[in-house]
Amino acid sequence: MPGFRSRLYRDDAVVLRVQKLGEADRIVTLLTRRHGRVRAVAKGVRKTSSRFGARLEPFGHVDVQLAEGRSLDIVSQAEGIALHGPISTDYPRYTAASAIAETAERLTPVEREPTLRLFLLTLGAMRALADDERPGSLVLDAYLLRAMGVAGWAPSLRECAVCGERGPHRGFSVPAGGCVCQRCRPPGAANPAPATLRLMAALASGDWAEAEASEPPIRRQASGLVAAHLQWHLERELRSLPLVDRT
Amino acid sequence: MYEGAIADLIDELGRLPGIGPKSAQRIAFYILGADPADVARLASVLKRVKDQVRFCAVCFNVAEEERCRICRDPRRSDEVICVVEEPKDVIAVERTGEFRGHYHVLGGAINPLEGIGPDNLKIRELMLRLRSGEVKELILATDPNTEGEATATYLALLIKPMGLSVTRLASGLPVGGDLEYADEITLGRAFEGRRSLDV
Repeated sequence: MPGFRSRLYRDDAVVLRVQKLGEADRIVTLLTRRHGRVRAVAKGVRKTSSRFGARLEPFGHVDVQLAEGRSLDIVSQAEGIALHGPISTDYPRYTAASAIAETAERLTPVEREPTLRLFLLTLGAMRALADDERPGSLVLDAYLLRAMGVAGWAPSLRECAVCGERGPHRGFSVPAGGCVCQRCRPPGAANPAPATLRLMAALASGDWAEAEASEPPIRRQASGLVAAHLQWHLERELRSLPLVDRT
Repeated sequence: MYEGAIADLIDELGRLPGIGPKSAQRIAFYILGADPADVARLASVLKRVKDQVRFCAVCFNVAEEERCRICRDPRRSDEVICVVEEPKDVIAVERTGEFRGHYHVLGGAINPLEGIGPDNLKIRELMLRLRSGEVKELILATDPNTEGEATATYLALLIKPMGLSVTRLASGLPVGGDLEYADEITLGRAFEGRRSLDV
């Protein structure tokens, strides 16, 4: 029978969510570098005397030691790598970070399945929000587009999603998977402005100069299409998306 | 397994937060063996809580009348409101004996991950209270965690343009602890909020 020590493992992780448990404990959902999404109990962290409660707050990058449990693991140690505290003191960035965390959780339906690309993407997005070098709403849309790419649902933004004909095309159909040419265009397809599709392509490829030069109405239209595309593929609405403050 | 009333009691107790099947069974058998007068008193208190306790129409703390004991107290200052998340936070602040103003209970904190936005809290009601013009200072005493900080930031943005003094409870080192065990965030906040010693 393996001893307690052999059941311990260490990893670095982004804290996605915390939920209250009992009198003073929390269930912490972590997106780890090597072990995928892990849910663990952090005992006594709601007490002011907790040694690592402050390090297990949402959106932080932490180095954790966990003990394997039957249904939930147990956090035995936590050190902060970058706790991204400034996110909670800026309301629009807080709502964007919440949507990023919920998306990461939903894109990892199976626990303990390593997903390094999504981990790095989530970590990068949280860092970008904490550093406040780019508009939070653009960081969120860039994350959602790239996360869909990791999941295999990236919208087609240049070629027709149905026949593959090279664009640019005017139509955009969420069920078809992105831009559609005149021939393949299904009924009910949207007609976004060409600048909207250019912005989405810039966000997906990391062309921040083009993305940051975009106008607010174009950003709003792109956000709507990104959210619609994501929620179509997730087959359920994200609770945090309607609460994102894009002002 | 069990049947009839004892099974129903175990099922009902097991639905309470923090009580698992084993605890529910233990409590059920304790009740079975307890003095009938004690059990009758427990049943009567449970019924009275549901029949009589409601939320204060002013501050949303728990109350047995339309307004809670604190809102009815004429000795308390109308110029300061302390905003907290839950009624149990009112009790925590009251225990300090340091605060003689009124409270406003939000009913939680903004948490988009749980689908809780500003419209789900008693923020509109707080704004109505502030429009009366009597209030000079608002103390934001939401929990010192990510959701509490974000809620405090949201409220400060909303209320500052009204010209009120908006303050946030200080964060720092717990009394009686050792500095070496403090985490970096708490210690950082303690440095930010340091004060001069008037000796």
